[in-house]
Amino acid sequence: MKTIQFLLVSVLFIGLAHGQEKYITKQGYISFFSHSPVEDIKADNNQVLSIIDTSNGQIAVSLLIQSFIFEKSLMQEHFNENYMESHKYPKAVFKGKIQDLGDLTADNKTVNIIGELTIRGITKPIETTAEIKKLDNNIVLNGDFLVEVKDYNIKIPSIVANNIAKTIKVSFELVHQPYN
Amino acid sequence: MKKTLILLALLGFYSTTHAQDLLGILEEEAPETKNYVSSTFKGTRILNGHSVENRKKGTLEFIISHRFGRINLGVDELFGLDQSNIRFAFEHALTDNFMLGVGRSSFEKTYDGFFKYKLIRQSTGKNAFPATVSLFGSAAYKTIKDYDPDDKPDFSDRLYYTSQLLIGSKLSPGVSIQLSPTYIHNNTVRTFDDPHDIFALGFGNRIKLSNRVTLNAEYYYTFNPLESLNTKNSLAFGVDIETGGHVFQLILSNSITMIEKGFITETTGGFFDGDIHFGFNISRAFQTGGKNKKKLPKDD
Repeated sequence: MKTIQFLLVSVLFIGLAHGQEKYITKQGYISFFSHSPVEDIKADNNQVLSIIDTSNGQIAVSLLIQSFIFEKSLMQEHFNENYMESHKYPKAVFKGKIQDLGDLTADNKTVNIIGELTIRGITKPIETTAEIKKLDNNIVLNGDFLVEVKDYNIKIPSIVANNIAKTIKVSFELVHQPYN
Repeated sequence: MKKTLILLALLGFYSTTHAQDLLGILEEEAPETKNYVSSTFKGTRILNGHSVENRKKGTLEFIISHRFGRINLGVDELFGLDQSNIRFAFEHALTDNFMLGVGRSSFEKTYDGFFKYKLIRQSTGKNAFPATVSLFGSAAYKTIKDYDPDDKPDFSDRLYYTSQLLIGSKLSPGVSIQLSPTYIHNNTVRTFDDPHDIFALGFGNRIKLSNRVTLNAEYYYTFNPLESLNTKNSLAFGVDIETGGHVFQLILSNSITMIEKGFITETTGGFFDGDIHFGFNISRAFQTGGKNKKKLPKDD
């Protein structure tokens, strides 16, 4: 009987421990930037969902394409309607693993992240480095990576081909809080 | 032994629920949002008449529209291209839901001013609503000196008012429809038989042919037309072609005017008799002042 009680208690503890290993944010920030000789285009998304499991370094990020805000509203409309077709593909999703996560401190450390990025229903492997730190029990993940427009079958008409870069820089700043 | 096995099984089950897919957790945690439907129509006009669309805050749009003469005038008038009625206008969005515009048409040298206010936006998700509803009001002032010099009309005699309720719905990404109940008031009419107040109902739709090209149609049925003219209901077909900051609309219509009191109440051409005017609307949008700052959509 004692053993059973002990086991039950341990199970509960394991559960608790599991709960504290996950960190989540619902207001993560992701922006992208396109530079061309004609114009610079930038859009911000402040409603990014992201979760990190510190026990194994797994990370998942999900965002709504519609939530990207542009400076020019017409651009935002065309982005959703013509380029990203957000009615058909409402989300972009990243699933991956932070390599050698180890112990986190208040100082930034550089980690490799390997995973898969899904945009417009197309999944491509992706690898990038990022800065990670733990501040006031929040896990802060910062970095950027490049995305090739053609990898995700985004069609750009020739008339605006000079206005939009072939490679888009995506930056992220995700402040995760304990999740349980 | 058995008990231990059960416990181990339980333990296994317990850990699997915890090792639940991270994306699954995100799915559960995602806030339920209300998504507004955008781009019911590409432009602020279906063809002749207004669509439910407004421009976003700070957008200044310059629109040049042409309607040429009747195609059935033949080669001597180059199928109507020798004659033309032009309207140019500045239309400014003060907020995302409210826009003002001023325009001037060469036909009867008419100035017009309008406002359009979006009352309800079509949305999906939480508290969904199936249609976008806008209120439209305009006044037109005719300045052509087509009167007897001894009988000069005063300012108010030359005014015409239009009020419309625009009810548009994007049925699917490719198909949008609109109903436009219309009330037009003429301050002066030609004969005693002509009504001062005219009621009409507009129907419009658009079908997306590709991401940048749509096919549009528009029809206005007038319940009590003017008696002094042999009027017809206004009918138009056209395509919208969008390229970056421009929208081109190519139009075939039996109406020559581009303001409501004109094409709804004074159209005399019979579309199927070949009294068709070719025309186009070209718009160029500029972003002015109040930039579309990083603002979070309100939680509601």
